[in-house]
Amino acid sequence: MDITATKPRFDWQKRRFLLIEGAIVLVFVLLLIFVIPQFLVSIGQAFRVNLLGRYLALAIVALGIDIIWGYTGILSLGHGLFFALGGYALAMYLQLQPNGQLPDFFSLYGVTELPAFWQPFSSLPFTIFAAVAIPTIVAAVLGYLVFRNRIRGVYFAILTQAALIVFFNLFNGQQKLINGTNGLKTDTATIFGQPAGSAAVQWSFYVLTVVLLAGAYALCRWLTSGRLGRLLIAIRDDEPRVRFTGYNPTAFKVLVFAASAGLAGVAGALYTVQSGIITPKVMDIAFSIEMVIWVAVGGRASLVGAILGTLVVNFAKSFLSEKFPEVWLFFQGALFLIVVMVLPGGLIGWLRTHGLDYSRTLLRGKQRVTTYPSLEEDPDVEYERQDLTNRKSDG
Amino acid sequence: MSDKILQIENLTVSFDGFKAIKNLNFSLDPGELRVVIGPNGAGKTTFLDTITGKTQPTIGRVIFKDRDLRGLKEHQIARMGIGRKFQTPRVYLNLTPREGLELSCNRRKNIIGAVFGKPTTAERRTVSGLLDTIGLTNKADIQAALLSHGEKQRLEIGMLVAQSPDLLLVDEPVAGLTDEETEKVGDLLMALAESHSIIVIEHDMEFVRQIARQVTVLHEGTVLCEGTMDEVQTDPHVIEVYLGHQDEAEAA
Repeated sequence: MDITATKPRFDWQKRRFLLIEGAIVLVFVLLLIFVIPQFLVSIGQAFRVNLLGRYLALAIVALGIDIIWGYTGILSLGHGLFFALGGYALAMYLQLQPNGQLPDFFSLYGVTELPAFWQPFSSLPFTIFAAVAIPTIVAAVLGYLVFRNRIRGVYFAILTQAALIVFFNLFNGQQKLINGTNGLKTDTATIFGQPAGSAAVQWSFYVLTVVLLAGAYALCRWLTSGRLGRLLIAIRDDEPRVRFTGYNPTAFKVLVFAASAGLAGVAGALYTVQSGIITPKVMDIAFSIEMVIWVAVGGRASLVGAILGTLVVNFAKSFLSEKFPEVWLFFQGALFLIVVMVLPGGLIGWLRTHGLDYSRTLLRGKQRVTTYPSLEEDPDVEYERQDLTNRKSDG
Repeated sequence: MSDKILQIENLTVSFDGFKAIKNLNFSLDPGELRVVIGPNGAGKTTFLDTITGKTQPTIGRVIFKDRDLRGLKEHQIARMGIGRKFQTPRVYLNLTPREGLELSCNRRKNIIGAVFGKPTTAERRTVSGLLDTIGLTNKADIQAALLSHGEKQRLEIGMLVAQSPDLLLVDEPVAGLTDEETEKVGDLLMALAESHSIIVIEHDMEFVRQIARQVTVLHEGTVLCEGTMDEVQTDPHVIEVYLGHQDEAEAA
């Protein structure tokens, strides 16, 4: 095979697919901004716009989970920690608005002076930076220490839970520093002279969430395609092999873990301003496990799956808990069992393997015959097939 | 300075007091193909583990291209030019053979190279040449999970070669292969031996006869004897500990 002849076609094809993908993402962004909210308002479900915004924020953390778990095969059950760090960063900024006064809750505990670590959060640029950088750095340090010692699999998952509990207790117990279990309210704060809970501000946060979700998708798409993406899959498939090939897996694992934590930070900040409060409850172990369930339901190692899974599970949760408040947890458990046992590839995995065939059957009423791939690829078989069709057309 | 590519001096490896390798001395010339045989538990795999940095020597030194390998990590040793093939085929099941080969072929194995690097034209050409050599051109773009056992073995050897190492360590390349596949792998190794130094660990005596020029026999962690296949076969110690058992097994 002459590789020089195939190369340009390959690149051209790839570029075309990328353009199509970009166009699809753009269409979804426009739909989410200009069509769906107006539709929801027109049917009198305006509050669902806010829900949608929150779930789209959660989809960003799901993307993060997908690149670390779906692609690299490292199960983190502690992403609530990074989510909380991002959320608290922005909440602290809002508490200090409009002019860096002492937040009200401090007076309850007799604190008269702003703790030192609050000071930099009166600046918006610093806060935005911190909401991403703090979780990223925490994850990079934690990841480096753990991955360097080749701690993997279940042991890593347990360690992330331990880290989560440590931070939960820290935030929960420190009333004089961070208002402890009551958390920080953001909806009564003002931002750019407007109350953060007002419709206009909430709408801008909604639009920002949609745009950042598209950005997060692009980032993950870039990370998981090309050489790095293949390397991540290789690490998932056989890490020692990667090592003996001359790559240092620790570096790549730290990179992906940190990136996924950064995404969780962004998600936490966006979720917090749209829910109006952040409490240490987001560092509940169950919430971090839920995040993994969203990805599992949507489909591991599929970025669209992570977003889809988050939206499906969360909307199912909100509908079901409105109608039958007591069954939601059972339903969530059942959902996870079904996914693990019947749909190991999640919704997207099912679509990829069976969905195409089903839709083909529906459209044409004809099912594609599957054979062994080796048979499909075999040049001899190919020749015979060609020969048969020629004979048919001749006769 | 020495003209040996690999030199192992007085090597002892012990795990919690159990000595898997005892006072082992070994050396390999550049361009040599050496077969290492020995009964189960002779320390063959530990021997490879120590060369590739998976296990650290308790006593003694491993010297590759005049450099002591003590304290180096697996990926550093791999970058110096040692490639290792495992006993069972270890390929990336969710990547295609082409992608797997490209990963091995890449020269820039740091973060920057992996995040921003793209395969160069030269690399693409090497990869398609290799696919041809290992006979997988037709299956270059299907998932490696769909390959047969023998094809996976050949793919893994191809991935080793793509790394362009100076020394290849091959652990039981024909375990579980059919006779036809065994011969193919043998031819492949012979072809590779023209431009690489190779150490092969093997159980299959037929196969050893096909490829071996120099044979080293390991027993209980030390070198029992070294020589050509004929010399080794007639050595009374070897017959006692190794070939003798096999003759009995064959007679039974």
